[in-house]
Amino acid sequence: MTGIDENPLLTVEELTKWYGRRLGCRDVSFDLYEGEVMAVVGESGSGKSTLLQLLSGQMEPSGGRIFYRLRDGSTADVWQMSEPMRRFLFRTDWGYVHQDAQLGLRMGISAGGNVGERLMAVGWRNYAAIRESALDWLNRVEIDEARIDDTPRSYSGGMRQRLQIARNLVTAPRLIFMDEPTGGLDVSVQARLLDLLRRLVADLNIAAIVVTHDLAVARLLSNRIMVMKAGEVIETGLTDQVLDDPCEPYTQLLVSSILPA
Amino acid sequence: MRLLDVCNVAKTFTMHLQGGMQLPILRGLGFSVAPGECVVLTGPSGAGKSSILKLIFGNYRCDEGRILVRDGEADVDVATAPPRQILSLRRRRLGYVTQFLRAVPRVAALDIVADALTDTPRERARGLAAVMLARFNVPERLWSLPPATFSGGEQQRINLARGFLPETPVLLLDEPTASLDAANRDAVIGLVRERKRQGAAIVAIVHDEAVRAAIADTSIDVTRFATAA
Repeated sequence: MTGIDENPLLTVEELTKWYGRRLGCRDVSFDLYEGEVMAVVGESGSGKSTLLQLLSGQMEPSGGRIFYRLRDGSTADVWQMSEPMRRFLFRTDWGYVHQDAQLGLRMGISAGGNVGERLMAVGWRNYAAIRESALDWLNRVEIDEARIDDTPRSYSGGMRQRLQIARNLVTAPRLIFMDEPTGGLDVSVQARLLDLLRRLVADLNIAAIVVTHDLAVARLLSNRIMVMKAGEVIETGLTDQVLDDPCEPYTQLLVSSILPA
Repeated sequence: MRLLDVCNVAKTFTMHLQGGMQLPILRGLGFSVAPGECVVLTGPSGAGKSSILKLIFGNYRCDEGRILVRDGEADVDVATAPPRQILSLRRRRLGYVTQFLRAVPRVAALDIVADALTDTPRERARGLAAVMLARFNVPERLWSLPPATFSGGEQQRINLARGFLPETPVLLLDEPTASLDAANRDAVIGLVRERKRQGAAIVAIVHDEAVRAAIADTSIDVTRFATAA
């Protein structure tokens, strides 16, 4: 069946962040289910990156709560759990793809090591099995096996980004956060990466939250969308619905500002 | 029994960038479609025919009224259903075919078509996709290529193959035969008739008189629901 009645993987309630007196984001609430890809769009300063940091447990919110359904079916409050537990989730059940691959990779160790490190963090010890899994993932993100022992320093921007994705997905996470995953890449490289991401997310049935300012990326990757402005969510819905029939003035402005190709 | 029931639907666009101008397009729209029935929407260009299909598909938001799509023993109201319920409907119950291909770069034509069958094992989906591409006379040498460089007509036929592949009980057709040659127009007519025999409820926009005569059971002139803009 379609699993339409299952519980959400992530439930966010009135999430708020103040930086002193400056607002990061306010009263953000939503549910996310397995297999759903939600795009968060808005201009710089709209609070979308703040939101991603809060959601991924990297920054503590000023208010509101985040509930995550663990693999055993129980639901945990992300900011009530212990710090080691949160770190464990982040290393295993969650993935985080940074816009700048250098932040998501260890630039001084080999590509195979970058992928294998995540497996070791969840207890893998057999070197041959780790290497085999790393090779498999390099293949899946279309990186030549011959490059497994090279460090990402010798990789192009697009390859680094694909390696970062492999490093994130190797532990079969259930939830992945992406911050402008195609930002700063050439258009041809972007298309390849988008196609790859779309396919992997669909094949693995993982949930994803993608922050982007690029509405074309949102259309290709996501099935739901959340539009943010000045720290608040102003419009949500199906991606094609919000982009084809935007209701809020700001969303209409965003959509009408896309340059035709 | 109805597979699709559109009740008292109204839609107005508010153009915030034009000083909040209100653009009412439909009011009091109502019709229903039974299994095996094909309803053709008629009316001049701008009367709101395509908007009606977009409302039913959940692509446009519905301001008023209900759009009930039969899902097993229950009805889902597209006008109020949450996104994932609409997505689930689209995967299993609700198909939509336009003449324009919106393709992901770099994906082969065969995979674009096969992707329409989300819940089918990959190899079987590709096999069915191949059969459908052949019905629309797309040369086999093109199947493994991304359609970005194909002609407009080839892209349209790939989109038709993609749209007709999932055998959804409700099917929306927006000008599927526009600018097709006779052989491919006949392919569309053949597929619509097959789907009707299988019990699908179809809502179509077709300008071609011959195609309309070949598929329509009911015609609805939407002019009476259009609000003078």
